Amino acid sequence: MISGRIHSFQSLGTVDGPGVRFVVFFQGCNLRCKCCHNPDSWDCNGGELYSADEVVAKALRFKGYFGDKGGITLSGGEPLLQSDFAAEIFRLCKKEGINTCLDTSGSILNDSVKELLSVCDRVLLDIKYTDSESYRQNVGCELEAVIEFLDYLNAKKIPVTVRQVIIPTVNDSRENILKLKEIVSARPVVDKIELLPFRKICQVKYDNMSIPFPFGSLPEPDAKMMAELNEIIK
Amino acid sequence: MEHKNWNGFVKNTWQDEINVRDFIQSNYTEYLGDSSFLSGATERTDALMEKVRALFAEERKRGGVLDIDTETVSSLTAYAPGYIDKDNEIIVGMQTDSPLRRGVNPFGGIRMARQACEAYGYKLSDKIEKEFEFRTTHNDGVFRAYTDEMRAARKSHVITGLPDAYGRGRIIGDYRRVALYGVDRLIEEKKKDKKNLANGDFSEETVRLSEELHKQISFLGYLKEMAAMYGFDISEPASNAREAIQWTYFAYLGAIKEQNGAAMSLGRVSTFFDIYFERDIKAGILTEEGAQELMDDFVIKLRIARHLRTPEYNELFGGDPMWITEAVGGMGKDGRTLVTKSSFRMLNTLYTLGSSPEPNITILWSTSLPENFKRFCAKVSADTDSIQYENDDVMRPLHGDDYAIACCVSAMEIGKQMQFFGARCNLAKLLLIALNGGYDTSSGIHIGPQMEVINGDTLDYYVVIERFNVYINWLARLYVNTMNVIHFMHDKYAYEKTQMALHDTNVTRFMAFGIAGLSVVADSLSAIKFAAVHPIKNDEGFITEFDTVGDFPKYGNDDDRVDFMARDIAHTFISELRKTPTYRNAIHTLSVLTITSNVAYGKHTAATPDGRKNAEPFAPGANPMHNREENGALASLNSVSKICYADCRDGISNTFSITPDALGKNEDERISNLVTVLDGYFSRKAHHLNVNVLNRETLIKAYENPDDYPNLTIRVSGYAVNFNKLSREQQREVISRTFHERV
Repeated sequence: MISGRIHSFQSLGTVDGPGVRFVVFFQGCNLRCKCCHNPDSWDCNGGELYSADEVVAKALRFKGYFGDKGGITLSGGEPLLQSDFAAEIFRLCKKEGINTCLDTSGSILNDSVKELLSVCDRVLLDIKYTDSESYRQNVGCELEAVIEFLDYLNAKKIPVTVRQVIIPTVNDSRENILKLKEIVSARPVVDKIELLPFRKICQVKYDNMSIPFPFGSLPEPDAKMMAELNEIIK
Repeated sequence: MEHKNWNGFVKNTWQDEINVRDFIQSNYTEYLGDSSFLSGATERTDALMEKVRALFAEERKRGGVLDIDTETVSSLTAYAPGYIDKDNEIIVGMQTDSPLRRGVNPFGGIRMARQACEAYGYKLSDKIEKEFEFRTTHNDGVFRAYTDEMRAARKSHVITGLPDAYGRGRIIGDYRRVALYGVDRLIEEKKKDKKNLANGDFSEETVRLSEELHKQISFLGYLKEMAAMYGFDISEPASNAREAIQWTYFAYLGAIKEQNGAAMSLGRVSTFFDIYFERDIKAGILTEEGAQELMDDFVIKLRIARHLRTPEYNELFGGDPMWITEAVGGMGKDGRTLVTKSSFRMLNTLYTLGSSPEPNITILWSTSLPENFKRFCAKVSADTDSIQYENDDVMRPLHGDDYAIACCVSAMEIGKQMQFFGARCNLAKLLLIALNGGYDTSSGIHIGPQMEVINGDTLDYYVVIERFNVYINWLARLYVNTMNVIHFMHDKYAYEKTQMALHDTNVTRFMAFGIAGLSVVADSLSAIKFAAVHPIKNDEGFITEFDTVGDFPKYGNDDDRVDFMARDIAHTFISELRKTPTYRNAIHTLSVLTITSNVAYGKHTAATPDGRKNAEPFAPGANPMHNREENGALASLNSVSKICYADCRDGISNTFSITPDALGKNEDERISNLVTVLDGYFSRKAHHLNVNVLNRETLIKAYENPDDYPNLTIRVSGYAVNFNKLSREQQREVISRTFHERV
């Protein structure tokens, strides 16, 4: 039985995919986003080992709460780094009739990832910025890779929710949102855009790890800003 | 039997026997629609509520008690009629002659009444002192019969909160009977029952019942007199909706004038009222606005009900709750839902009058409830934090479809079952007493079987369990015997005449025991089993602390290794209780419910092996200990759901606090998600859930600036409280609880 590294579980997830979801946070990430909320999930050797069976057995304990819409969400960290493990979890979930959802940066697309996507009911795709320069500076990968990933989802008709964390002074411009809208409208597989406010409650995690929070000095967006930007994508 | 006031109702056996359930089943109209039909508050209601809010503010200003009538002993006809605003009230009746003026009820014990008056700067009148000088109260009787060991158990707080100095409460009269049948018919039936006793032998039980029936009949007479003082003749059945509510309220009012029981619950009146509303609306004599107005006025009356308590009592229970619990919703045995438009109207009072802890609105949840009603409940929860949920699907098979909830979580069939309330014992303390061989380090009292302090550098799980069972066996017997004394004396000296007159003559009785500290004990046993627990002794050789090394499974994470320990403790305890016979052959039941007394229980309990420090609060009810839940809210709910309702038929209380952000991104999602969470939890046969949807920051702000949040209501343990009425210590404890937050 294949196993993988898990950061933690959240039995009541309501913000990562539709309905009530069991969220599995994978350990290990290939990116170093300056706005990252979970620096403790970066280390690929950290976390705890679980078999796919064990993860699904946990998810099954919450099946009664899922209703018609809910299910499991794999998040992280970056689940694509352990795509064989993730795919096995999804396969087992499908057998049990559990809806599957993948929360990812979309920065890796290989055969194993494609296999994973074939058992995925929805992808929550983080498009962190809409220009290559920001991706290089603030994420550590290419925007083109993410677009390629999105195009693959579009070709395979796997429903997508596009998400972007709004960080004041970095990507809070009207132009950025319009560009995001443009990217999305060209791919009909995207049925939803979610703008998420940048939050700094993770500062304590950086402090505990004695490393700087690169965007720690930037302000959080207020409700008014979020409402205005949301208005654009309507 | 026929009556002109029953015109338009479907005839059935309810006419020939006292059977409110049959009346409801034969006549109610289920409602599957949404809340869009509801009306808001009328100008009259707003104006009246404004007066009530001013009275509440004044009451708060005066330290929690507006006024006390120290000259009169509370009873049905003792006071002149009282009003908030006579010309603008459509439902009338007050406990004393003026709103929020508290009456004195010394039948439970004169000392408590005296102290309560003095605490608020009043003096119990000489007239009452004299009157009770030669009168035996319930409290006198109990202390005459208590054994030394019972007194020691009380003093050491291993059993606490016993109703031995005040009314026991937890009895729900079928107040609807007065509206449906009129008092004369009820008297006639009781007289028949009394006459029938002559056919049998006059055993002690029969003699007692015969005297009780005499008292019941005379108090039904007083009830009529009380109503007459307000200008109403309640001899005959109510002829319209306004009268149905008024008659029902008079019956409840009579009960709370007579008794100051801890919990004086209302029952299940909404759907009963609905039948009258429907009849009047159909006849063109009532509008939706009028129906809501009647409901509102009734609920205003419930919101101003008060009993005089000592500050210590208020501190234990967080303000001075009455637990005027109204059960709403549920399913019928025939598969129809008991949800009617009036279930919505009752919930709507939280909007028309604002959120409030009273009445204690309790949704009888079934996965089969109509979707629209489920969603409305979830919305009300998210908006007001004022309602709680109990599992109709586990209670209905045991109690039928006309039961209600007394206090927080105690189910009983209305008018057919009653309970002897028994507060709770402190199982965490008991574990420490067991380890110390019959010595309680917190109180310095030797109690229970005397033996050596448990030896060894590291506690051995199997040795501890064996010893704990010896002490459980001892305490269970003592607890039942103590309760037998209390309820024998309560029946003898403070019998609930009005409420029992509104029961069948032959009732089923429960004796309701309780446990506190369940999560502390489960985690402690888990620590002993899975980690290394080293006891630390004081100079006298008693264990006062523990050094716990290593990790262990903690209750609240859906981990069977420890969750089953919690389940098994409850099972063991009820099994032990059942070995000792009860007064009047009551059925032993058990609750896992602390109300707000989890703070007080913690205060009297030394450090425990789970890492809880000396005097630190317990978690409330069956909740996991705060901040030990590592896998989110549903894992915590799963843990609690493993405790069996069959073992804990008096209820398993769980309080769930979640931030709005963690429940969903917008109102619609929050409602849908809460509905599926409730369905999921209750389909696991869990029993009860308090739901709070709020941010910790709101509570912190209210803690710092209480005047800015006069109406902030939160669910605590089986009931709701006004946050400002909690003690500072309780407020801090509530703030420190686990809030399930967005990750």
